[in-house]
Amino acid sequence: MSDEIILIVNGKPRTVQAAPDTPLLHVLRNELGLTGPHFGCGEEKCGACMVLIGDKATQSCKMPVSEVGQARITTLEGLIEEGQLHPVQRAFIEEQAAQCGYCLNGMIITTAALLWKKPHPSDAQIREALDGNLCRCGSHLRILRAVRRAEALLAESE
Amino acid sequence: MTNQTHDANQNWNQQSGRPGSGRREAAWGEVTDRLDDWLAIEPDGSVTAFSGKVELGTGVRTALAQIVAEELDLPLERVHMVMGDTARTPDEGYTAGSMTISGSGTALRNASAEARRAMLQMASERLDAALHELLIRDGIVQVRNHPERSISYAELMGGKTFDLKVTDQAPRKPPKDYRIVGTSTAREDLPGKIAGQPSFIHDLKIPGMLHGRLVRPPGPAARLVSIDKNSVKDIPGLVDVIQRGNFIGVVAEREEQAVLAAKQLKVQWQEAAVYPRMEDLYAYLQNQKTEDTIVADEGNFDKAIVRADRKLHATYYQPYHAHASIGPSCAVADVKGDQVTVWASTPGPYPLGGALAQMLGLPADHVHLIYVEGSGSYGQNGADDVAADAIILSQAVGKPVRVQWTREEEFAWEPKAPAMVMEVNAGLDAQGNVMAWDYHVWSPSHVARARFAGQLVTVQLLSGQPAPQSRFSFGAERNSRTNYSFPAQRVTVHYLGNSPLRASSFRSLGGAENTFANESFMDELAAAAGVDALEYRLRYLSEARERAVLKAAAEKAGWESHPSPRKSKAAVAEGRGVAFARYENDQAIVACVAQVQVDPARGIVRANRIVVAHDCGLIINPDGVKNQIEGNVIQSLSRTLKEEVQFDEKHITSVDWEKYPILTFSEVPEVEIVLINRPDQPAVGAGEPSTVTTAAALANAIFDATGARLRQIPFTPERVKAALGEWEDPK
Repeated sequence: MSDEIILIVNGKPRTVQAAPDTPLLHVLRNELGLTGPHFGCGEEKCGACMVLIGDKATQSCKMPVSEVGQARITTLEGLIEEGQLHPVQRAFIEEQAAQCGYCLNGMIITTAALLWKKPHPSDAQIREALDGNLCRCGSHLRILRAVRRAEALLAESE
Repeated sequence: MTNQTHDANQNWNQQSGRPGSGRREAAWGEVTDRLDDWLAIEPDGSVTAFSGKVELGTGVRTALAQIVAEELDLPLERVHMVMGDTARTPDEGYTAGSMTISGSGTALRNASAEARRAMLQMASERLDAALHELLIRDGIVQVRNHPERSISYAELMGGKTFDLKVTDQAPRKPPKDYRIVGTSTAREDLPGKIAGQPSFIHDLKIPGMLHGRLVRPPGPAARLVSIDKNSVKDIPGLVDVIQRGNFIGVVAEREEQAVLAAKQLKVQWQEAAVYPRMEDLYAYLQNQKTEDTIVADEGNFDKAIVRADRKLHATYYQPYHAHASIGPSCAVADVKGDQVTVWASTPGPYPLGGALAQMLGLPADHVHLIYVEGSGSYGQNGADDVAADAIILSQAVGKPVRVQWTREEEFAWEPKAPAMVMEVNAGLDAQGNVMAWDYHVWSPSHVARARFAGQLVTVQLLSGQPAPQSRFSFGAERNSRTNYSFPAQRVTVHYLGNSPLRASSFRSLGGAENTFANESFMDELAAAAGVDALEYRLRYLSEARERAVLKAAAEKAGWESHPSPRKSKAAVAEGRGVAFARYENDQAIVACVAQVQVDPARGIVRANRIVVAHDCGLIINPDGVKNQIEGNVIQSLSRTLKEEVQFDEKHITSVDWEKYPILTFSEVPEVEIVLINRPDQPAVGAGEPSTVTTAAALANAIFDATGARLRQIPFTPERVKAALGEWEDPK
């Protein structure tokens, strides 16, 4: 039942043993020890499990691991380069944009994907991009401010 | 399969630990006055501080460390908090009721002051200097003007303990000298969480750990008819299928194998009706046998109401609400014979540890409970129950087991915030002044914490016994009395022995619902009197701090004085509403102004701007308080506009995010906050108070905009349209 599958995760090829229909999230968390993405609903409705596939923010809780192929997977951990937090991560710390922090992974991944595609989004575009990410603590306003700060940090670093 | 826990059945409904007598569940616990229970000076000069409270995502870990660092004159980074571990920390009951700062914060402040006094005394001898000649800088005691005559905390203690009592007599630093308390120190847990480091109970991995999932009955009254274990025998990695009573779980080597086995296991259940029909819920609540308590009776209502010129009456309704944590509950247990280690995100490590020991028929000290953060819970979600689930499965397979509930299980099985009915009657004189106020609330207990095993779903499924009737009921009285000085005010709480749906603590207990009713009705009276809603409230508010908060909110919001409703003819009506409360009548003071737009054709309410003024005494961490207020406002707005647990007679049916939607980014208003710091006043909690005023401020704003009065939460488009239909312009 278990297959050997090669995934490209955070820039490196990784070999895992998993049944082909195993959700990518379980493989990332349990086989590769990547605890950035979280299980929220298992139904692609809350965004806690998001990873970047290529440059697209994607929910990983239902996606069968066998369907990822050779696409590049980037998790929250993979945004860190040479020990330096990604500007989006820095922005979230600077704005203290969390309470419990369980949804943070999806918020950061979505923001990174958004700013990649649209470096200067409108307020409505930011809210629309984040509408698929649920937060129960009510950290929304801080997260929106963090997106704006990330926009500025990314503009600076160019 | 083992049955060893069944011997303990007869004890499952006895409370473990002390009987709950306190007004607040947070006060439960065993108080310790041993200094070493609170603080340890480590050989490297850092300080470990022990708190029985836990970090629920509110930032108290950082705030408590600020308090310790301040009192000991240490850099914040040299204070390490250990929280919620039954082998290491004091028993401070539950982390609840916005009590962590006032409870644990005060205890740690006193302990730190005691430690400081003791170390100054030691330094005085070692440095041969009088006490008044000594000063402390960054954990080093030195003789004033002689920096070469100094000694560090670590050298003074030399790895030893204090062996002293906390007397509460040691001099404490005056707030005017604070350098760390009162600053917006960054949360110490965020860098790890932002980098994806293991931070949550869901991330915990124990060597040899297996994965468990549960197979739940379709409803709480369903009975097991048959189970076909052969239906999963071909699943690779399956370790065991455990069935005891109505409790069924599967254990597998890998998580996805456990998920698959739980899905594939063939089980037949006999279903049974257990809930009232949803449309009958409120009549049901008011028609049960209740235990009635008059919690306030000031003036003489019966005499005063007779003299009233006009009598008004209104009834308000609160449905069941889900905690709706983003991550479903999770726990890891390792049962080795009669020694149990369990990692759980419970807000009550000691009480739950006691209940779990009771479930197993073991002495309490055989269960070592270690708190690990979970997804935000805002009260009691499934975190306690899942710890019991993990123990039962680990006991069966003899290995550590991690159990994670599904989204559906969390919505279906976690305790809900109880439904309530609130009725208010008042009499006005000819000038529209309140002469008499009479308030009634019907509610189940808001607290049914797992302090004894019978309260755990796991135990109810194992034993086939429903949850026992509440031994004590509380929470519904919270903020049932207003802080207004009416000539007569009477408040009666009608407690139901049991809740139709399983219910327990949710942020503010009954405080939010009672304030919704009180502050909506206050608005109805102001409108009846033809008086501006702010002015009307100020007539009855005499306490200076309370008046200051109400005025501060109005000023920040740019309050326009006029009687409501305004006569707007616009296609989209705009309005503003205010609500005021002092949490628990003597804690933090909150005023909220909401500005809304209502689309009458579609019944859609949009909150554009919410202003909150907030006085919680001395502020430990201003940004932390703001974070809590923003969160309270957004969460309570979500509850007010969108949330209602759906059920039929056999099941809870709102078991996913589509049937239980919460507020999204596109619906979130601007929130503006006025913090009023009172360094001369005790620091009281900020985790809940600002959750109570939102619903009424919103209802009052909708009334101001449209003349429609919303008295039932949530304010769905259907209800808004219905209320608009009811209203006719008196002119």
